[in-house]
Amino acid sequence: MNDISDDINKDLKDQPKFVDDIGSKNQEHHTFEQGEQSILKKIQHFLHGNPTIVPVIILVLSVIAFGFIAGDRFFSAFNLSLIVQQVTIVGILAAAQTLIILTAGIDLSVAAMMVLASVFMGKLSVEMGMPTLPAIAIGFISGIATGAFNGLLVTRLRLPPFIVTLGTWNIFFALVIFFTGSQSIRSSDIEVNAPLLHFWGERINLGGFVFTYGAFLMIAIFIFLWFLLNKTAWGRHVYAIGDDKEAAELSGIRTDRMLVSIYAVAGLVVAIGAWVSIGRVGSVSPTSFYEGNLDSITAVVIGGTSLFGGRGTIIGSLFGALIVGVFSSGLSIAGLDVLWQRFALGCLIIIAVGIDQWIRKVSN
Amino acid sequence: MEPVLVAKNLSKKYGTVVALESADLELYPGEVLGVIGDNGAGKSTLIKVLCGAVKPDSGEILLDGKNVSFTSPIEARTLGIETVYQNLALSPALSITDNMFLGREIRQKGFIGKFLRFLDQKAMAEEARKRLSDLGLLTIQNINQLVETLSGGQRQGVAVARATSFGTKVVIMDEPTAALGVKESRRVLELIAEVRARNIPIILISHNMPHVFEVADRIHIHRLGTRLCVIDPKKYEMSDAVAFMTGAKEPPKSN
Repeated sequence: MNDISDDINKDLKDQPKFVDDIGSKNQEHHTFEQGEQSILKKIQHFLHGNPTIVPVIILVLSVIAFGFIAGDRFFSAFNLSLIVQQVTIVGILAAAQTLIILTAGIDLSVAAMMVLASVFMGKLSVEMGMPTLPAIAIGFISGIATGAFNGLLVTRLRLPPFIVTLGTWNIFFALVIFFTGSQSIRSSDIEVNAPLLHFWGERINLGGFVFTYGAFLMIAIFIFLWFLLNKTAWGRHVYAIGDDKEAAELSGIRTDRMLVSIYAVAGLVVAIGAWVSIGRVGSVSPTSFYEGNLDSITAVVIGGTSLFGGRGTIIGSLFGALIVGVFSSGLSIAGLDVLWQRFALGCLIIIAVGIDQWIRKVSN
Repeated sequence: MEPVLVAKNLSKKYGTVVALESADLELYPGEVLGVIGDNGAGKSTLIKVLCGAVKPDSGEILLDGKNVSFTSPIEARTLGIETVYQNLALSPALSITDNMFLGREIRQKGFIGKFLRFLDQKAMAEEARKRLSDLGLLTIQNINQLVETLSGGQRQGVAVARATSFGTKVVIMDEPTAALGVKESRRVLELIAEVRARNIPIILISHNMPHVFEVADRIHIHRLGTRLCVIDPKKYEMSDAVAFMTGAKEPPKSN
């Protein structure tokens, strides 16, 4: 028995004696100094604290570069405003996508949700004689419901968002075909029966810059979501869930309810995009925006939002969408084949994710 | 003196494994109660029951003399039992202020706060700064710094500040120094003393015997799913505690 006690005593003697070893309290005991940092580390830290800087730099550089390559035709007021018009729909989808990706999820169904909502709006108002505003409202409800459906599958069945939305993408697309019988609703019919659906496609000319109302609405959506994410508890909880879901739960956030609400809000944003898309395209086509899902993810990723959740800004996604627009426009004006636009976009995605990974290393 | 927190006859089985068998615990106002025990002694189950993460099969918990039961850590927290988890449960990508108020944000007054649910970020930053400087952590320069830019000790400080900021009656600290270096552990021990000085009692679970002996007023030794004894660290050596814990020595009769 004594032997054991002696052993224990010996073991304990090997432990550092804190009071003796560290010395008495001194003035600096509460300072947490940070060591000297190299320039590269400083850049890393700076980008870490300001994740929107990277897409802004890429946007500015690419505008300048294409100005040199493609010349005045690229730099004209008309072309620059055309780029903004062209990215309107992908921009709005990217805004919704950002909410989902911030929670460490992904939504492959946004474009299908949007087309489904636009089908409701068009079908009800043009072919079934419903007044336009209620038809639009039903389109919004469709967006919220499909979004919430995704959210419920993610939280109730605990399935990965990738799988859930891969499934619902196909389901929503099938519903679109079912409701439309693969027939488009023609622009001329919309113009006659429900001209309000074309509202966001109307243009105004500001000193040579031609903007659609939809472009302004896209900007408004981004500003609104910025406030939501940064100035409200709801927004802070979006980040907290994406960052560390368990920690968020222990902090008293009801993460499942939050997730459903996030998917529903994303659905509403998508439905607003559906209205804008009718104005932009003119008609309601069941097969339009087939690449919208992946384009929205591309914009978000290039905009500096991490696919691992919790990091990124909504405004970054706007820049991401604009970068994609600038590249497509610049490369086509420069006379390059579409395949090179694809090539450049692919490189951009990989570079963006690479930079994100590098920046994230700061926390270790 | 009446205890703040009492656990009576707590039992918990996982299948055939008995994790707790009529375990008791008392925590008195203003004290630091160390809880030690060998691996598998059931101390982590005991703590999980007290912080609301695990529901006991039987037994009761009294807080301020009133019978309480909770089904989640959030319910326990609402009643005033705050837990500083070993992994701290902080969101690294959010700021210090955001983390301190996560789930308990201060909203703006009037319409924009009530209906638009806008946050009063100024008030939260001020309050967070005050809480941290109360605990002697004033040297965190920027209250809106992201938590991931902080050191392990600083994060612990943020977690402790959060746990002591909301009308807290009891703080449970689970292995607060396990992941820290020597210097940072020292700061955390000072932090514990700081919290006790503000009359908030602490339950400290730790494997680190010297740390427990340094800051605890009483030490609860857990063995085979129940309380073996409670000792006064001034009257016993660490080697005695280890001997009781491992069964190498008979525990003292109740004191």
